Amino acid sequence: MDILKQIAESLERGEDDPVRELTSQAVADGIAPGTILNDGLIRGMGIVGERFRLREIFLPEVLLAARAMTGGMEVLKLLLVRDKLPLGTKVVIGSVRGDLHDIGKNLVGIMLKGAGFEVIDLGTDVQPERFVDTAVAENAPLIGMSALLTTTMPAMKEVVDLVEARQLRSKVKTIIGGAAVSAEFAGQIGADAYAFDAAKAVERVKQLVG
Amino acid sequence: MERIHFTIEEATPVEPAVLESQGLPDRSQLPGRIAALLDDARDLFVRVAEPRALTADLSAAQFADVYGGEGLNSPESPLESIFPKAEGLALFAATLGEPLSARIGALFAENDPALGYMLDAVASAAADHLADQSGRRFLERLVREQKVDRTARVLPYSPGYCGWHISGQRRLFEFLQPERIGIALNSSCLMQPLKSVSGVLVAGGAPIHKFRPRYSFCADCRTHECLQRMASVVRE
Repeated sequence: MDILKQIAESLERGEDDPVRELTSQAVADGIAPGTILNDGLIRGMGIVGERFRLREIFLPEVLLAARAMTGGMEVLKLLLVRDKLPLGTKVVIGSVRGDLHDIGKNLVGIMLKGAGFEVIDLGTDVQPERFVDTAVAENAPLIGMSALLTTTMPAMKEVVDLVEARQLRSKVKTIIGGAAVSAEFAGQIGADAYAFDAAKAVERVKQLVG
Repeated sequence: MERIHFTIEEATPVEPAVLESQGLPDRSQLPGRIAALLDDARDLFVRVAEPRALTADLSAAQFADVYGGEGLNSPESPLESIFPKAEGLALFAATLGEPLSARIGALFAENDPALGYMLDAVASAAADHLADQSGRRFLERLVREQKVDRTARVLPYSPGYCGWHISGQRRLFEFLQPERIGIALNSSCLMQPLKSVSGVLVAGGAPIHKFRPRYSFCADCRTHECLQRMASVVRE
């Protein structure tokens, strides 16, 4: 069987060691790192994501696949950097100022990585300036913000306003998510998108900058 | 004021509660690798959790002041109709401790998001369970002290839900001082450790807990847990 297909199928099953070993084998066989990434790992995660969207599998199974993908990425990362190949479109994510919840934000980061994005995770309790400064410094076209509390929602508007004030609206898109917020709120504060959950976040990010 | 140290058995949530909260089927239909994750998460929970709680009785007048908080509650809420009918009220705060929250974060950082997610699910269900367990102890004491009869029911109500604004945490903390059991409140009214829960325990006949969920905020509610809660007091 095609080794790239084997990687994708092994990843679907969430098999850590086989994914790492098959990725190493593909490198040894002379397959270009970019091809292994796109046609092996990302293809596999794409199938996993689709099966999750169709409710054929459960979220923990997606996360097991994501863990396996990270093993494969560790093999490829240095080669991609050496060959100066992009690791994927950069996205900056974090939980906004005052909010220490991070499970939802972590899930979004994992799903975005699985879809081939390079995720810069700023963690929790992130100041508005840090979101924008990082997006500029990393040349990232998207900022993703999470808030679980109504008291921290205003910080999202501060980030959107800062993007506007620095005249970055055409270069940097904003997306929000989390239990406290809604599509209506995204519209009120001028964010470019809202996502109900991690799977939707990937869809919306692809629409915005994919 | 009563300080409670729960045993790990008392704090551990039942498996269906964990699975239901994640939209997962029962064990008989669970893929083997998810069942294994759940077992690992429960083992880890038993090793790391440090369950404890603090409760303090208060009068309806005192609670009215706590509930008023910073004046940000919804104009109408179920709790404002329920608590004046209560036969017993107590503020409570319960936590599973910082090491558990730290472990969840570490699992994500160490590239084990599946176990991190499952441990988070167990911990979230356990936090809810601690609130129920605090209520159970409160009720047992009220019965023992002959303040209510055995038909009484206790439900916990928390700031941030059903019209009680999250800023109500500040007044609750002033009264109860959960810092004594290691729970802090940040400027966003978020409790740390994250796996903590607080609110008021309301004791009374089952009918006082019943209401029609037709408040202004009900339309935005994603869970409608109130229906399950009301059913639970009638069922018992």
